[in-house]
Amino acid sequence: MVWGPMAQVPIHPGLFTLPDDPRGPRLLAGRCTVCSKHHFPAGDTCPYCTADGCSVAAIGATGTLYLHTTVNARPPGYRGELPYGFGLVDLPEGLRVVSRLAESRLDVLRSGLPVELEIAPLFTNDAGDEVLSFAYRPRDGGASR
Amino acid sequence: MSTRPVYIAGVGIHPFGRFDDKDVTQLGQTAVRAALAEAGVARGGFDAAFCGTVYTGVAAGHKVLGGLGLSGVPIVNVEAGCASGGAALALGAAAIASGQRERVLVFGMEKMPRGIIRSSFFPPWCEEAGFSPAPAYFALRARRLMQESGVTREHLARVSVKNHAHGVNNPYAMYRKPFSMEMVLGAQMVCDPLTLFMLCSPNEGAAAVLLSSKPAQSGPTIQVRAAVLRSHVPGSALGEHTPMAGLIGDEPPSPTETAAREAYEIAGVSPADLDVVELQDTDSGREILSVEELGLCPRGGGGKFVADGVGEMSGQLPVNPSGGLLSKGEPLGASALGQIVELTWQLRGAADQRQVDGARVALGHTVGRGANASVVILTR
Repeated sequence: MVWGPMAQVPIHPGLFTLPDDPRGPRLLAGRCTVCSKHHFPAGDTCPYCTADGCSVAAIGATGTLYLHTTVNARPPGYRGELPYGFGLVDLPEGLRVVSRLAESRLDVLRSGLPVELEIAPLFTNDAGDEVLSFAYRPRDGGASR
Repeated sequence: MSTRPVYIAGVGIHPFGRFDDKDVTQLGQTAVRAALAEAGVARGGFDAAFCGTVYTGVAAGHKVLGGLGLSGVPIVNVEAGCASGGAALALGAAAIASGQRERVLVFGMEKMPRGIIRSSFFPPWCEEAGFSPAPAYFALRARRLMQESGVTREHLARVSVKNHAHGVNNPYAMYRKPFSMEMVLGAQMVCDPLTLFMLCSPNEGAAAVLLSSKPAQSGPTIQVRAAVLRSHVPGSALGEHTPMAGLIGDEPPSPTETAAREAYEIAGVSPADLDVVELQDTDSGREILSVEELGLCPRGGGGKFVADGVGEMSGQLPVNPSGGLLSKGEPLGASALGQIVELTWQLRGAADQRQVDGARVALGHTVGRGANASVVILTR
């Protein structure tokens, strides 16, 4: 085994900013230049008004938890830790994002909870790289993993 | 467009459950044979076939009919997630209504993988990242009902208790034991607030319906008044198209709502006219959401609907007298047509201990991945 700094790779390209990005942790949403609505993940065509030529907007540093649950059993293919929180996060930009939550305790999670985005390693892949994914965690300290 | 009536000439079903000694083709053949026998037709007795299935693979319907010596007619295999059977029925009914066909065989079958359904729907990275667990999405929908429709954990449990009580009387159901509130609430927590007994099991089974341009020569006349399939409009983060995001507020109508609206209009009936309903109850919360989306109660009234016992056998509008998917299990391609078989029996007055007395107007509903929703209205 070779010991050395692990490379970090995103679980999928184009979903979120990487750790060295000066903008900080952000989701990379599509923003329609015609109707101004956001969609995620970003695509060229707006799903709401069908206009082409959407731009990419780095959004979602913070949000508010709308709905949540906890996943206790490993879904097929999932490579992160169990249990994990899962929910819908409302972003100030008008987007409601489906997200893993970096908090699974049901006595901490509640509707209306202020949350913030983290981009963090989820698992180590077969090549030895740390694979980054995104999750929302409670703001202000309640924030244990 | 002028159309002509569509009648049900025969129905057949293979029980829903687990059948390790049979392959999916055999399941389908059992249901097809039963439907054709009931209609009194053999080879040459239908001029097109539509087969709903999701996991069966290439030429699924061709294998079923080929093995029975019934191929030669056009055979179309249809995939529309949980609504696959409803999609096949919509195509078959349209072929007759338009005058293109005289008799159409519609069938569906499935042999589901065990456990949480693995689907080619998600790319591998979505599964690795934890976006694939269907029960988690169900749980979020249930939690929204708790926040916005006055639904409690007890209401969720009561739906499961009701459907399992109904299933006791259905020889084609997988689970035929009554469940108590304590058993359902105390079962293993899968995704809060949903316990194991509030979720249906993917399983195996088949169902078939022979549609005809002419009413049956004997017995009650059962007519397909509407068979509608709709897909989602983007915008809802909780839709069955399972997006990674939606918009806050201003949600578009769900595919169930748009399909129901169209079906009521085509059939010329309203929810108040319905006598019996079979609807999608993949989980207890989905039943309550389906009740709301089909207009069986006002939006936000799901909790009250359950509390008032409206959907019980003794209630105003029995829901899932077959036991629903919660007690039958869900073989995707067969589930919608299983509902049509049950509702046909209900309208004939032939549903034995599950009979809703005097039923004359029935509605069947499925919704699932795609998103797809089907709504079928039958009358006697």
